[in-house]
Amino acid sequence: MRMPEPDQGVIARRDEIAAALGALIGADAVIDDRDALRAYECDGLTAYQALPMLVVLPETTAQVSAILRYCHDNRVKVVPRGAGTGLSGGALPLADGVTLGLGKFNRVLDVDYDNRCVVAQPGVTNLAITQAVAREGFYYAPDPSSQIACSIGGNVAENSGGVHCLKYGVTTNNVLGVELVLITGEIVRLGGRHLDSEGYDILGVVTGSEGLLGVITEVTVRILRTPATARALLIGFPSNEAAGDCVGRVIAAGIIPGGMEMMDRGAVRAAEEFCHAGYPLDAQALLIVELDGPEVEVDELIGRVRAIAENCGATTLRVSESEAERLRFWVGRKAAFPAVGRISPDYFCMDGTIPRRRLPEILKRIADLSEHYGLGVVNVFHAGDGNLHPLIMFDANVPGALEKTEDFGSDILRACVDVGGVLTGEHGVGVEKRDLMGTMFSDTDLEQQQRLKCAFDGDGLLNPGKLFPTLHRCAELGRMHVHRGALKFPDLPRF
Amino acid sequence: MVEVLRPADADQLREAIAWATAEETALEIVGGGGKRGLGRPLMTEYRLDCSALAGIVAYEPEELVLTIRPGTPLAEIAAALAAERQQLAFEPPDLGPLYGAQAGMGSIGGVIACNLSGPRRIKAGAARDHFLGVAAVTGRGEAIKAGGKVVKNVTGYDLCKLFAGAHGTLAALTEITLKVLPAPEKTRTVLVFGLDDATAIRALTAALASPNEVSGAAHLPAAAAARSGVAYVAGAGAAVTAARVEGPARSTAHRCAELRALLGRFGPVEELHGRNSGLLWAEVGDVAPLLGAGDRVIWRLSVPPAEGAEVVARIATDCEALYDWGGGLIWLALAPLDDGGAALLRGAIAGGHATLMRGAAELRTRVPVFHPQPAPLAALSARIKQGFDPRRVLNPGRMYQGV
Repeated sequence: MRMPEPDQGVIARRDEIAAALGALIGADAVIDDRDALRAYECDGLTAYQALPMLVVLPETTAQVSAILRYCHDNRVKVVPRGAGTGLSGGALPLADGVTLGLGKFNRVLDVDYDNRCVVAQPGVTNLAITQAVAREGFYYAPDPSSQIACSIGGNVAENSGGVHCLKYGVTTNNVLGVELVLITGEIVRLGGRHLDSEGYDILGVVTGSEGLLGVITEVTVRILRTPATARALLIGFPSNEAAGDCVGRVIAAGIIPGGMEMMDRGAVRAAEEFCHAGYPLDAQALLIVELDGPEVEVDELIGRVRAIAENCGATTLRVSESEAERLRFWVGRKAAFPAVGRISPDYFCMDGTIPRRRLPEILKRIADLSEHYGLGVVNVFHAGDGNLHPLIMFDANVPGALEKTEDFGSDILRACVDVGGVLTGEHGVGVEKRDLMGTMFSDTDLEQQQRLKCAFDGDGLLNPGKLFPTLHRCAELGRMHVHRGALKFPDLPRF
Repeated sequence: MVEVLRPADADQLREAIAWATAEETALEIVGGGGKRGLGRPLMTEYRLDCSALAGIVAYEPEELVLTIRPGTPLAEIAAALAAERQQLAFEPPDLGPLYGAQAGMGSIGGVIACNLSGPRRIKAGAARDHFLGVAAVTGRGEAIKAGGKVVKNVTGYDLCKLFAGAHGTLAALTEITLKVLPAPEKTRTVLVFGLDDATAIRALTAALASPNEVSGAAHLPAAAAARSGVAYVAGAGAAVTAARVEGPARSTAHRCAELRALLGRFGPVEELHGRNSGLLWAEVGDVAPLLGAGDRVIWRLSVPPAEGAEVVARIATDCEALYDWGGGLIWLALAPLDDGGAALLRGAIAGGHATLMRGAAELRTRVPVFHPQPAPLAALSARIKQGFDPRRVLNPGRMYQGV
């Protein structure tokens, strides 16, 4: 993975920078020992690793502000990092950069049931927010599969999803406000406990900005009342087409399930061997459909989904009759990644989104590519919203295998874009999909996105090398070459 | 005299903006023109009328995705969706009548550009939450796109969010992709009569904290209630507090009964079904109950919902309120004051903001229409504008002077 050329001048000043940052936040909060730095060399995308120049672990907004102001004034690059569970390399360190870890921001600051929101520091885990309000019957809806470990600040930076997001939205639909520190050290508050942001929706654009626009030091999220009941159906189909057809018909019938997950035959087998969830091994595709809400509603919709599934040729169909059984249905799906980890030394998790009706042809294409590259692949799929996670299996110890896997993954994502989809549904672009941005966007599109970046970070110091395939200087992007009299008055209807 | 340019398609629109950019000549961007009174008044030589960029480009009910051009009338969109038993879940309001225009004339572009959402915003999210993808022309005269045409996407910066609520100051939209959702089978509304504002907000807070999935939570003080077109509401002779549930028939009936029991603790309750329920929520979204309050200045406040009544109580002047979003959205009609009430209102808000939605052009020139921002945020907003529209040709000054 090509990263921006490290600035040797900055690296030469490493000790001076460490001392200066130590003076700002205490020497204990600055890590410069090589062995200790190893812990930060990658995030959840372990294929790419680099040693950061330094790691700083501030614990107050004022300290974050002081660090950023220093780095801005001294032209030092900064890589923000939450829990380090990201899957696109968004927190991949830079050899000439300071990794700013937010792990010490680990407190829930306020629970406000009247306004149905929680104010938390960014290092609080996603699950801890739900745990803080569960006793009163509330929860935080977005639930990425890493929710036990991933941080809410990281969720905002990546605009994380989860199995419940078709019905309840992704992070951006559930964040009410943030406190954001700009690279200049300026502190701005966006949104709050009210519903709509004022002025430009900067909160909306910061969400999912992958640590390139600022450092989040506080988050306000909305919480929802926990549904009274949840039940799931486990449905086996004789083909991917039949399963995909069932998903489309459920939605066309006006039903938006709390979760609707699909696994192909390979994923079902891997999961079943790993955790014995009782999945039907003869099925070519498996659907888990979860309905939640008042009991009377869940019972009614279970009946309707069952009828649709039977019409679509379901070969097996079970409905959870207890909470334990519902959780058992999910065990295999939730363990799909480790299950694949068991049957393959390494795997690469892709994250494209497609228009759902194109699923059969994409799966066919993936199967063809699998043969072409000689690498196995299994597919899990957030079926309701078209978000596909092919898991490519490889052995990183085989020379050239990683490169081959990357090529395979890139071909899959190009295929997603070809059928009208996108490169990433919930994992982010990071370094992983950076060089594919041109398949979805024109140079003009990407230059405009970079002009937005320039409004926040004119010197390109925050997380450079991520998201954009080509970096331009802001001064160059700001130039305009057209002048008065250069264009004739447009020839179009006038009144 | 203002000259009106009316491009027929996205190419012509790009040409018009490129020309304006070269000439450094400002354009006022309008669709139906119904909301020209929203924001600071513009004095441009040219008006860019986008109403000819209209029509549904693609609609795929099973994918929950709709792509339209900005000039498409809301009524046309609603009809196309209704045929598939779907809807825009953010319940776009019709603010035309607020500005003296005819009802039912609005187009989708204006709703998105101003990020306008109706009562269901508390459950389903705002317009911006359903805005998946965009094609637009920036103030540099360049055609760009962002987002996608699928419901889940995090590829690149979410410029849709930025354009929703930018009031046309960053780019002129040429194509909009929205998430659509199934329309509920049944709707029921529980009314509570005679509550004062503070008790009403407590009642709505309790309703919203219950597991009944309330999708509308409004309070009409007596004067506003009296102007309703729904006989049950207008004839109450008292304040009316309303909570709505929607969904499959049996579930809706069940939740409605639960809600009646819960709200019955606050005052006498009644139920609205079908057409009357629909009419009431349309009125609330369109601010209709305040339109008969005379020639008053109208403000829109966004505050933490549970604090709605306290905020209004702190505003010591002659005003009439209409509460939506469980108290989080307050429409206020104020008797004349020199600054339109800006200082009083903004002084009364602890967290949130106040927008001057309707007032004389002279007032909207003199008083900040949008809530003033702290210096670092205002400077950031100005830099964002600079990045999209460096020569300030798109609705310059519509939101803030100099932006």
